[in-house]
Amino acid sequence: MMEALQDHPVWMAMPAWMVLSSLVAGLLILVLGEPYQRTRVVINLGAAVLKLVLVGFMLWGVGQGHDFEFRLPLLPGIDLYLHADSLSMLLATLSAILWLITTVYAIGYLEQSPNRCRFFGFFSLCVAATMGVSVAGNLFTFFLFYELLTLTTWPLVVHRGVSVALRAGKRYLAYTLGGGGIFLFGIIALYALMGDQVFTPGGFVDPDLPPALLIGIFLLLLVGVGVKAAMVPLHGWLPQAMVAPAPVSALLHAVAVVKAGAFGIVRLVYDVYGLDLVATLGMNHVLAIAAAITIVWGSLRALQASDIKQRLAFSTVSQVSYIALGVGIGSPMATIGGLVHLVHQGLMKITLFFCAGNLAETHGIKRVDQVDGMGRTMPWTMAAFTLAALGMIGVPPIAGFVSKWYLGLGGVENGQYWVLGVLVASTLLNAAYFLPVLRRAWFPRADAPDRGPGIHEAPLSLLIPTVATATFALGAGILAGMPFSPLQWAQFIGEQIYGVAP
Amino acid sequence: MFESLPLLSVLIWLPILGGAAVLAVDRLGLGDVRWWALGISVLTFLLSVPLWMGFDTTTADMQFVERVPWIQALGAYYHLGIDGISMPMILLTTFMTVLVVVAGWVVIQYRPAQYFAAFLFLEGITIGVFAALDVILFYVFWEALLIPMFIIIGIWGGPNRVYATIKFFLYTFLGSVFMLVAFIYMYIQAGSTEVADFHGLPLDMTEQMLIFLALLLAFAVKVPMWPVHTWLPDAHVEAPTGGSVILAAILLKLGAYGFLRFSMPIAPDASAELAWLIAVLSLIAIAYIGFVALAQSDMKKLIAYSSIAHMGFATLGFFIGFLIYVSTGDVQGAAFGIQGGIVQMISHGFISGALFLCVGVLYDRMHSRNIADYGGVINTMPKFAALMVFFAMANAGLPGTSGFVGEFMVILASFKANFWVAAIAGLTLILGAAYTLWLVKRVIFGEVANDNVAKLQEANPRELWVLGIVAAPVLILGVWPAPLIEVIAPSVENLVEQMMTSKL
Repeated sequence: MMEALQDHPVWMAMPAWMVLSSLVAGLLILVLGEPYQRTRVVINLGAAVLKLVLVGFMLWGVGQGHDFEFRLPLLPGIDLYLHADSLSMLLATLSAILWLITTVYAIGYLEQSPNRCRFFGFFSLCVAATMGVSVAGNLFTFFLFYELLTLTTWPLVVHRGVSVALRAGKRYLAYTLGGGGIFLFGIIALYALMGDQVFTPGGFVDPDLPPALLIGIFLLLLVGVGVKAAMVPLHGWLPQAMVAPAPVSALLHAVAVVKAGAFGIVRLVYDVYGLDLVATLGMNHVLAIAAAITIVWGSLRALQASDIKQRLAFSTVSQVSYIALGVGIGSPMATIGGLVHLVHQGLMKITLFFCAGNLAETHGIKRVDQVDGMGRTMPWTMAAFTLAALGMIGVPPIAGFVSKWYLGLGGVENGQYWVLGVLVASTLLNAAYFLPVLRRAWFPRADAPDRGPGIHEAPLSLLIPTVATATFALGAGILAGMPFSPLQWAQFIGEQIYGVAP
Repeated sequence: MFESLPLLSVLIWLPILGGAAVLAVDRLGLGDVRWWALGISVLTFLLSVPLWMGFDTTTADMQFVERVPWIQALGAYYHLGIDGISMPMILLTTFMTVLVVVAGWVVIQYRPAQYFAAFLFLEGITIGVFAALDVILFYVFWEALLIPMFIIIGIWGGPNRVYATIKFFLYTFLGSVFMLVAFIYMYIQAGSTEVADFHGLPLDMTEQMLIFLALLLAFAVKVPMWPVHTWLPDAHVEAPTGGSVILAAILLKLGAYGFLRFSMPIAPDASAELAWLIAVLSLIAIAYIGFVALAQSDMKKLIAYSSIAHMGFATLGFFIGFLIYVSTGDVQGAAFGIQGGIVQMISHGFISGALFLCVGVLYDRMHSRNIADYGGVINTMPKFAALMVFFAMANAGLPGTSGFVGEFMVILASFKANFWVAAIAGLTLILGAAYTLWLVKRVIFGEVANDNVAKLQEANPRELWVLGIVAAPVLILGVWPAPLIEVIAPSVENLVEQMMTSKL
């Protein structure tokens, strides 16, 4: 029976269904109109659950070695090609789980606010675009969804419609569309040279082409994906985009958009150029150094930020580059560390943003110096915050530790001891900008304003998602050895890239 | 049902006779001329759909052919037929004409019968140009086109309309004269007025060069290519909304069509020799005119310059094919570039037409085309703003819209010919986004700029429907261009074959 299932066109086209589930939901919600709140919630949650089920099937299928693919001819010699491999599933699963959780959070967060129809519509479309990015099987398809992601996030950034939001939106578009243009140019160059090639482990680029040309194209593509991955100096849009509502910052700017960029870097190195060619061209060093600079620079800026969301945003700038660092180091262990951080950072950072949203929504707290004593007032929220922050710093057994451990091992494995220096510096800086928040929350200064006794937690619709993601972040660390844990899946991908179990 | 019907003749003469009928209805007081005009344009559109449905995509031969002797003394025939290149153009024409009629519904108060009749005449004549397979017939339609357009701008145009009409007329007419000379020369050589005979006419290099340059003058003015583009911004600024829409959506396509139908197959060797020239002129249009667009303060002028830049992509796509073939021998690549150019033509027809309709909606309320008079329109006209932003994005070549497909194909083809050509063409990805999005930013977004904007009424259902209907093909072609390319492909392959066959 399984054999029959494996070849059935409906089963094989699973990536398309996965993209469509949120695409159709988004379009339905957009045309539905503001008054039909109940219908909207049903569609939204229904689609999110459906997607989760589809992703579950696919995860199982990919693990079994099923080939999920969907092809639609678009232009002569160029297809829309969707293909699910183990790497796709890493991003797809993360996004699918977090979409459901964030939707619940957003429904609570935006209660009674205007334009919810537009918000949830575009929110679903963003998820569809992220799904498309994850299962894109060639550069052209990747680009289409990558740009769709830009367009569908923009209305969310400017959602509040105030001038600071519009300014942020303008900057966001300028960066991402500019990056997209450069990216497109690189893609066109590769298409002109190589034709329509699918992502292939080990790369498909002809290594005999002139190195200068290959380097030029690589840099164009790297800039294109580097903008969304917020690598310094292309990161300027991210802190400003924090003006968006908290669920947007949580899912999109901590997970979907920056991960689409980081995911693009992974694809570019492993499946377009191939690790060997990247190393021959010396581009792995460029990538690793850019990542290292971003990690340190982002942390330094986070240290200076007094706005909680700003601090978290710069922290994202820094943390996402762990992924690029792992790819740049290029040893099996480092690859696993980088890939697993794609999931781990997502879980931890979304928790932190949920917490920031809870603080802002329940008590109007936006700055770090206002959190004094919040541990007593919002114990659950601050516990989740503490757990995620410690995870970011890299305290075992929380997820962040696992990532750093593998990255460090990977650096040593390749004889690149400077990586340890970067990791240590980053850990210290992480501690330096997170610990003061925790200290203020749990051990308020004597002169801090008294918040009065009693607990004033966020509503359950905000609290449950927060606690859930925090639990996941902890679970991903503690249960890293279990099958289908992020780490195991990253090792599974690593085996496919390097051909051996590391 | 349609086999027995001379469909192309019907499509040409129905709107022309319909236009006359509209005039008669007005004179005799038989009812509302607008409904008559709408009925005729819708009927014409519906009758053009069978061209698509019944089109055989496996052949490059002319289809729906009609051929009867016409001027015996010259051996001229009334010869009509379409291939994959002209068929989409005819559908574009019939589609846009319906929208133009609806767009002029309440706006045109002065001599509405004549206004609608002029557009119906224009529609029939344009279809005649695209369907004509006899050069005399072609030339008659080609020149006849000037008359309704002259009238539309000259009567319903803005304050400076006389200057604009004369300039428009002189430019295009002077260009066409050289085309006529070339046609006469070839008629004497071939002893026939059939386009197909011209294609097969053996010509040496000097003859080809002269013919190519003569045709170039005619077609370059129509496209328009730099440096003979200066009539277009003036004409657009003065033309009424409907005139601008038809001018941008359809009339500019005639020049590009001329290259495909005449210049390239008749003078393949000269085309190959001078391909670099066209490529350079196209690149100037793309890059330089892009900067010019950036500097405009008038919305219509900005879109007019944007049109020139976008049509530069079409001509670049056509002639990059020669460069690719000469430098690499890649036939597929050459066809890809030409297909991209044609897709760009069609896509630009919808998008620029839609943008002019958008400006028309604003102009009808504020009576100003000046960008500085606007700002924050989204606050008072949110639905309209959403549509205008969509078309602006499409104009900027955003993926998922038809604007992206054409530009992508042409840049990809350019890459195969020359890196620097592609690099300059790629500049528009940034430049096009810059001037279009900047326009949108200044007009649509931000705080309400002044009391006039604050008093704006949201676009009415008629206006929203018109814009919504144009949005559909922009989106469909952007998401799934394959059906269109399937129609174009055999004819382009045939054209490439003609290009590759030296006449020397």
